[in-house]
Amino acid sequence: MSKRLTCDVVVVGAGMAGAACALYATRAGLDVTVVDRGPVAGGTTGAGEGNILVSDKEPGPELDLALLSGRLWAELGAEFGKSVEYEAKGGVVVATSPSGLTALERFADGQRAAGVTAQPVAPDALYDLEPHLAPGLPGAVHYPQDSQVMPALAAAHLLKASGARLRTGRTVTDILRTPGGAVRGVRTDGGDLHAPAVVNAAGTWGAALAALAGVDLPVLPRRGFVLVTEPLPRMVHHKVYAADYVADVASDSAALQTSPVVEGTAAGPVLIGASRERVGFDRSFSLPAVRALAAGATRLFPFLERVRAMRAYLGFRPYMPDHLPAIGPDPRVPGLHHACGHEGAGIGLATGTGQLIAQALTEKAPDLDLTPFRPDRFGGQDV
Amino acid sequence: MTERPHLAVIGAGPAGLAATVAAAARGVRVTLIDSAAEAGGQFYRQPAAALRARRPQALHHQWRTWERLRDALAGQVESGRVMHLTDHHAWLVERQSGRFTVHALLGPEQEEPAVVHADATVLATGGYEKVLPFPGWTLPGVVTAGGAQAMLKGALAVSGPTAVVAGTGPLLLPVATGLAAAGVKVAALVESADPRDFVRRTRALAAQPGKVGEGARYAARLLRHRVRTLVRHTVVEAHGTGRIEAVTVAALDGAGRVRPGTERRIPCDTLAVGHGMLPHTDLAETLGCRLDGPGVDVDGDQRTDVPGVWAAGETTGIGGAALALAEGHIAGCSAAARLNGAAPDPHAWAAAAKSRNGLREFFAALDPVYAPPAHWAEQVTDDTVVCRCEEVTGGAIREAVADLGAGDLRTVKLLTRAGMGWCQGRVCGPAVAGLAGCGETPGRRPFARPVPLGVLARAGEPKPSDAAQ
Ligand SMILES: Cc1cc2nc3c(=O)[nH]c(=O)nc-3n(C[C@H](O)[C@H](O)[C@H](O)COP(=O)(O)OP(=O)(O)OC[C@H]3O[C@@H](n4cnc5c(N)ncnc54)[C@H](O)[C@@H]3O)c2cc1C
Ligand SMILES: Cc1cc2nc3c(=O)[nH]c(=O)nc-3n(C[C@H](O)[C@H](O)[C@H](O)COP(=O)(O)OP(=O)(O)OC[C@H]3O[C@@H](n4cnc5c(N)ncnc54)[C@H](O)[C@@H]3O)c2cc1C
Repeated sequence: MSKRLTCDVVVVGAGMAGAACALYATRAGLDVTVVDRGPVAGGTTGAGEGNILVSDKEPGPELDLALLSGRLWAELGAEFGKSVEYEAKGGVVVATSPSGLTALERFADGQRAAGVTAQPVAPDALYDLEPHLAPGLPGAVHYPQDSQVMPALAAAHLLKASGARLRTGRTVTDILRTPGGAVRGVRTDGGDLHAPAVVNAAGTWGAALAALAGVDLPVLPRRGFVLVTEPLPRMVHHKVYAADYVADVASDSAALQTSPVVEGTAAGPVLIGASRERVGFDRSFSLPAVRALAAGATRLFPFLERVRAMRAYLGFRPYMPDHLPAIGPDPRVPGLHHACGHEGAGIGLATGTGQLIAQALTEKAPDLDLTPFRPDRFGGQDV
Repeated sequence: MTERPHLAVIGAGPAGLAATVAAAARGVRVTLIDSAAEAGGQFYRQPAAALRARRPQALHHQWRTWERLRDALAGQVESGRVMHLTDHHAWLVERQSGRFTVHALLGPEQEEPAVVHADATVLATGGYEKVLPFPGWTLPGVVTAGGAQAMLKGALAVSGPTAVVAGTGPLLLPVATGLAAAGVKVAALVESADPRDFVRRTRALAAQPGKVGEGARYAARLLRHRVRTLVRHTVVEAHGTGRIEAVTVAALDGAGRVRPGTERRIPCDTLAVGHGMLPHTDLAETLGCRLDGPGVDVDGDQRTDVPGVWAAGETTGIGGAALALAEGHIAGCSAAARLNGAAPDPHAWAAAAKSRNGLREFFAALDPVYAPPAHWAEQVTDDTVVCRCEEVTGGAIREAVADLGAGDLRTVKLLTRAGMGWCQGRVCGPAVAGLAGCGETPGRRPFARPVPLGVLARAGEPKPSDAAQ
């Protein structure tokens, strides 16, 4: 029985990762359909922040992906302008103790060797960059490549510009395969979509989607809270955070860890985020997590003491055991590609991911070696 | 510890007062927490004592009930069983190992924290008014129906010599008569509902003769004050430069659309609009309480699904002061029984339960009658501001849905900022949902009030003295 193919690629997930995959795939000449069970950006993309960071990454494959992604974001920033609220504002990582400063500077040396622009900031210059920081801080490192985007707007505008067909409100319930095991489309609660390639951009729910194709992909939720203040005139100019954050990101600990990443937004509110906890998909409010964010932020910027938090929101980062995303074709199921598991960096890393997926789909040489991101690297069996 | 069990009641409207008085009478220590300067809530908002209003009864037909509650509260406060904290804005109720901490801010500045510990809590935070947008609704002189009423009750100040009262809901009648009685010329009462629909629901109405009588009294008063009532009519636009000068009203057809050619202009200085009420559920939602529609879900004892948390009054659903009183009484009795270690005995509040069930039935029948016109959103032009805090227009919301793939309230908010401002979507939520053609979803607002970060940073931190215990 021969079935007409509805398109070249079905992307599952209309979050940041799915949107970037759709954009670069259509630009590579492919006919793309994006399907999501909710609206655009209804998953973690609408529940996080939009930091595009190189500053928090140690040399290695994630940093390489971040540098590639940062260049692509700058291009998209020029193309989409204000509609996605792209801002190349730069990051300032602050040491809170002399020993912390030594560690931070050593960390920055390594990053510089890997291609990151990282400029040491002496105490007196620090207050020129951020006049409202707490007094007496020993120093900082300035990362001009750190930038910012509004995730929901970015996902929506990239999808719109891609020209991909968008099917929202449809849940993928199965991945259709040929007798030989290759992908031939997806089944949704609104009918089948046929295509020789399927991209798993289902974020934190990527494990469930992979399971539909019979493969194991260990994507797990890691909860984070963000605090939003009342609108203010610009008081915080960069992304500012304390150096201990760097250690947190790579941590395997299940315990609560918070680090005050403070930034002003174009619209006025200051965003403070984010906490990191492994508590499954628990949506309940946690005063300890949010209190720690407030405490961290007010330690860095004492003026925030009297500024009001308007709300807090939470999301579930899609994390993988080695803190690297799964990007590229799955050797276990021909035609299945993965673009998920970016943890707390899925906005920043989306552009590089989309580019690499488009290259894989069109069998072009990838900009980066995909080996560290192989979806079967955990040795999981077929399920 | 031999201390009496301790109940925290949040909200000192009819529901919270009834709960407080009932629990205290049953031997429970109560802390009554309310953001206002005096007890009474929306209904019994009293004329400030300083005004020495001569006949406040004229504004309160249930004045005697209020006097009884007020005196009972005063007695319990005097006896030391009840502590009444005024000017306390609760921003979070925390539940930890079965005990509760109410985190509040001291008003009116809301900068200094205050904390109340309790063994159980009754949420009686009432509701707030729903207002749907139309061109010109942001002009000065356009107020909410409740706002106009509160001005009358609270300050006996009248906002302008000629008023139009418009929208839908049982609130409009008392507002119009109240304004008229205070000497305001009420040029028209514009109600979008259809009186014929009431007739179809007479069964439920007949079960509540008191309510029918109340309606008849209002109708008589409207006549006495020569208030022209336009049913199945709606305001299509408010006009004015700098402030409101007139409104255009029009008739509605059977489908809820404006009948072309029926528009007419009515000059006025004040337009009081309201489209019903919505429950305040922030504190309950953060505690994890299940909602039932827009209100907090409760059982026959007024208990929520979170142990130790009761809810009463309009936070559970809109239904007027008498219903709030009945629910509050039941919540207070039930909470007291449990805190005293006894199984609650529903017979003890059978009368209140009977009144509650009848009133709920009555309001359930009324609810579909007082729905805004089905096609109200068509009146909202693309340049009408829908979210006032963030100045988001109807056009921007329509674009987010049509072009950007927004399908629910949350995505519309993310893509347009509608609902991200000071009111956190409490005002514009229903309007945005209507314009976007999607359902109204819980707001998920963890803080019931904006909270200074310095207060948040220290909230619930174990104090050295606690550590010793
Ligand atoms: C608090 C917090 C702060 C963060 N801050 C940042 C930051 O500053 N910078 C940064 O880069 N990253 C940040 N992140 C991480 C970032 O938000 C995520 O990595 C990113 O949004 C993941 O995007 P995604 O497209 O992979 O997933 P999602 O946005 O979750 O999209 C996946 C989509 O797949 C859909 N889906 C799933 N299963 C199915 C199915 N069976 N059928 C149909 N559709 C399906 C879902 O509905 C969803 O829309 C943060 C995250 C959190 C929680
Ligand atoms: C204009 C108007 C006219 C009305 N006319 C009538 C009428 O004629 N007949 C009738 O039966 N009903 C009428 N009602 C309805 C009546 O007012 C309500 O049904 C009744 O007040 C509900 O009682 P409640 O105790 O549930 O809430 P409320 O009376 O609203 O009391 C809630 C209290 O909780 C406090 N509160 C809320 N949140 C917090 C917080 N986070 N921290 C601290 N305190 C908090 C508020 O300040 C308030 O005092 C009218 C309402 C309005 C607005």
